[in-house]
Amino acid sequence: MDLTAMAAEMGGDDPLTIEGAGTRGGRTPGVRCVTAPSGIDWIQADEMTVCCGAGTAVDALSMALAEVGQRVALPPGGTVGGALAVGRSGIRRLGDGPVRETLLQARYVDGAGEIVKAGGPTVKNVSGFDVCRLLVGSTGTLGFLGEVILRTKPLPASSQWFVAAAASDPFTLRRTLYHPVSILWNGATAWVLLEGDPADIEEQAVAGELTPVDDPPALPGPHRWSLAVRELQGLTKMAAGPFLAEVGVGIVHHSSPQPERPRDPAAEELRHRVKVAFDPSGRLNPAPS
Amino acid sequence: MISAAVVDDLCAAVGRDRVRTSATELNLYKRDASTMDGSAGVVCFPTTTEEVRQCVLVAGRHATPFVARGSGTGLAGGAVPLDEAIVITTTKMNRILSVDAASCLAWVEPGVLNLDLTKHVAPLGLHFAPDPSSQQSCSIGGNVANNSGGPHCLADGVTSAHVIALEVVLADGQVVMLGGEDPEPDGYDLRGAFVGSEGMFGIATRICVRLSQNAPDVRTMLLDFATVEDGAETVSAIIAAGMVPAALEMMDKLCVQAVEAYIHAGLPTEAAAVLLVEVTGLPHGVAADVVRISAIGKQHGAGTVRIAQDEAERALLWKGRKTAFGAIARIKPNYYLHDTVVPRRKLPEVLNEVYRIVERHDLLVLNVFHAGDGNLHPLLVFDRREPGVMDRVHAAGEEIVRVSIAAGGVLSGEHGIGLEKRDFMPWMFSPVDLAAQAALRFAFDPDGLANPHKVLPSGSSCGDISHVPEGAWI
Ligand SMILES: Cc1cc2nc3c(=O)[nH]c(=O)nc-3n(C[C@H](O)[C@H](O)[C@H](O)COP(=O)(O)OP(=O)(O)OC[C@H]3O[C@@H](n4cnc5c(N)ncnc54)[C@H](O)[C@@H]3O)c2cc1C
Repeated sequence: MDLTAMAAEMGGDDPLTIEGAGTRGGRTPGVRCVTAPSGIDWIQADEMTVCCGAGTAVDALSMALAEVGQRVALPPGGTVGGALAVGRSGIRRLGDGPVRETLLQARYVDGAGEIVKAGGPTVKNVSGFDVCRLLVGSTGTLGFLGEVILRTKPLPASSQWFVAAAASDPFTLRRTLYHPVSILWNGATAWVLLEGDPADIEEQAVAGELTPVDDPPALPGPHRWSLAVRELQGLTKMAAGPFLAEVGVGIVHHSSPQPERPRDPAAEELRHRVKVAFDPSGRLNPAPS
Repeated sequence: MISAAVVDDLCAAVGRDRVRTSATELNLYKRDASTMDGSAGVVCFPTTTEEVRQCVLVAGRHATPFVARGSGTGLAGGAVPLDEAIVITTTKMNRILSVDAASCLAWVEPGVLNLDLTKHVAPLGLHFAPDPSSQQSCSIGGNVANNSGGPHCLADGVTSAHVIALEVVLADGQVVMLGGEDPEPDGYDLRGAFVGSEGMFGIATRICVRLSQNAPDVRTMLLDFATVEDGAETVSAIIAAGMVPAALEMMDKLCVQAVEAYIHAGLPTEAAAVLLVEVTGLPHGVAADVVRISAIGKQHGAGTVRIAQDEAERALLWKGRKTAFGAIARIKPNYYLHDTVVPRRKLPEVLNEVYRIVERHDLLVLNVFHAGDGNLHPLLVFDRREPGVMDRVHAAGEEIVRVSIAAGGVLSGEHGIGLEKRDFMPWMFSPVDLAAQAALRFAFDPDGLANPHKVLPSGSSCGDISHVPEGAWI
C-alpha cells in the first residue's frame, strides 16, 4: 500500500492528529487532522495473515476474513488503526489474548514525515527490537499507523454463550473449563463463551452446569478498570455500583471510573524518554490544551 | 586487562567470592553456544536485584560496558562480551518466587531454567508454554531477552505472549517495573519493547510469566513423505483447512536417519521427510483433527500415518525431535544452526534452494524445524579441523539467509540477531527503520553501556562503533 500521500500530508512541523472512525476517543480537537488509507491489500488464509490500511473498518475486515474462514482478534467497531493505537481488547481476551499479539508488521509515518517499517510479515519474527509492541496502545503519540500486517486465526467450528448455574463460582469455572474464551461475572451471575468442536462444548457445558443463552449481558458502563486477576475476588466489596468483570483477565467494565492507581515514577520517566526519542518535537497527537 | 579498580568495586558490590577474573573463567565466559568469541574483563554473580544494580552502577562509574548472561546457550552471540566487558551472570538468581495457580502466573528470578519452572508447576496442571529445544539448560531471563520460541509456540505464541511483567535494572542503575499483573497497565507497552531486546535495554531481575493449562487430551502423529515438497505442502494444507496444531515439526531424511541411529524409535529412514504433528485440546476436537490431518497427509502422498498409542510412544517420538542435536554428532563433530522464517507456502521452494546452496559449498545439511510457522533451522554439519571449512559454512549460511529474505521471510524466528546477523539487518530494514530501533535503545540506555555492538549495525545507533570480535563471523 502506497503511504507517500499520507507521509506528504504529514509534512511540516505543526501539531498533527489522526482520526479513524472516531469511535474510540478520536482526534485531538483544534489540531490539523489526517487519516490513514483504508482497504485490504491481501488475505492469506494459509499463512494466517492479512495486510490492510490502518483506516480499514474492523467490521469490514472481519467480514472479508470470515469469507475465507478466518478472524482477527480486534474488538469490533471503528478502524483497525484505532483499535491498535488504543490497544484495548474486547470481551474475548481470555481466549484471544491481548490486542498487541495481533500486529506482525506496521508501516507508520513518524513526526518527521518518514515512512518507517516495524516488525516483519511472517507469523514468527525476532529480527530487531519489537517496535510493534510499543506502537500498540501508544495512541498515535509515537507514529501514525499507515499499513499493517495482522495475525489471523481460523474461525471456530462452533461458538456458544452460556449462563452459569446460580450457585456456581466463576473462579472455579475458570480452572475447571478448558480454554474458555470469555467468563463475565457481575458479582452474582457468570456468563461463559465456549468455542470449538460442538460435542466438546456440550460436554463442557454439562460438566460446568451451563445453560445456553443468545448473547452476553450488555456492559454496565463506559469505564474500564484494570486489576490483577486475583483482585477480582474482592470486587464485590471494593466496587460500588454495577460491574461486569472479565474473570481470568482482570478487566472490569464499570459504571464509575477506576480509583487512581499508584504510579511508578521510573517507568514514567522511561516512557517520556521513549516519546522524546520517537517524536522529539512532540507534534503527534498532543494532549488537548 | 580490566582495571583493578573495576574489580575492587565489583567485589565491594557482590562480595569477593562472587567476582571471577581467572583466565580459565574468563575463557569460559567469552562465548555462548554460537561459534563466536569475545573477551570478558571480569565475571560477577549477583544474587539479588540490589546486587545487579550495584554491578551496573560500577559499570557506569567506570564507563565500562556490561553484558547480562543467563545460561550462555544463545546461538547468535548475544551474550558474547566484547572489549573486556563486565559479564553479569544470573545463574545464582534462580529462585521461583511465587506461583499463583488461580491467576495462572508465577514470579521467577531470571536464572530459573525454563524446564525447572514447568516441572515445578506440573502438579498444578500447568506449564510454561515457550519450550525451546534447549529448555533443560536455558534461563527464563535469556528466553525473555531473545523472545525465544519452541515447537509448541505455533498455537501458543513465543515468549512475549507469556511474560506480563518485568522488574528491570536499567543501565543507569534505576530499577523499574515494566508491565504489570493487571491487564492494561498505563502508557506504552515497555514490557513488550523489552522482550527481545537481547540484553541491550537493561537486565531483567524478576519476571512475571503466564502459565498455561495442560491440555486434557494430546495426540501425536508422525507422517512420512517421499518428497520434501509433499511434506511442506501438507503443512500449508493443514493450516489452510483451519487447524492450528499445538506443534507441526518437520525433519528431513538425513536428520531422521541420524536420529533413528541414535534412539531406535522405528522412524521411517527411507522417507524424504517426516512431519511430527501434535494436536491438543478436548477429546472430540482432537479426534476430529487427527482424522482430518491424516486425510490431508494421505492426499499429499503420506506413506504411513503413525499415531502414538500411549504416553511412552509419544515421548519416544518427541525424543526423536528433541535429540536431533545430539544425534548429529554421529555424522560430524561440529554444527552451525541457522534460523530464518519464510511464508509457509514458500517452504518447498526455499528448502530446495537450501539443498542446492549446501551442495554448492560441499557441505552437509540436516533440516529439523518448526514447519508450522515457516521457521527453518538448516543445521550445517562439518568438521572444524578441515582446512577452509568455516569459510564455506559462513558463505552457505549467508546465502541461506539471503534466499529466506528474498522469499518474503525474515532474518530470525527465535534465536535473535546478536552479533551473528547484526550486519544483515539492512537486508530487512531501511536506515529509517533502523533509526527507530536505535531510538528505542537510546531511550532505555542513552550511554549505550548495556551489551553494546549487538543487533544494530554500526551507523544506525547513537554512537555505537562497529567492532568485529576475533573469530566472529559477521
Ligand atoms: C541445542 C540448542 C537448542 C536450542 N533451541 C532453541 C529453540 O528451540 N528455540 C529458541 O528460541 N532458542 C533455542 N536455542 C537458543 C537459546 O537456548 C535461547 O536463545 C535461550 O533463550 C537463551 O537463554 P540463555 O539463558 O542461554 O541466554 P544467554 O545465551 O546467556 O543470553 C542470551 C541473550 O540474553 C541476554 N540476557 C540473558 N539474561 C538476561 C537478563 N536477565 N536480562 C536481560 N538480558 C539477558 C544476553 O545478554 C544475551 O543477549 C537453542 C540453543 C541450543 C544450544
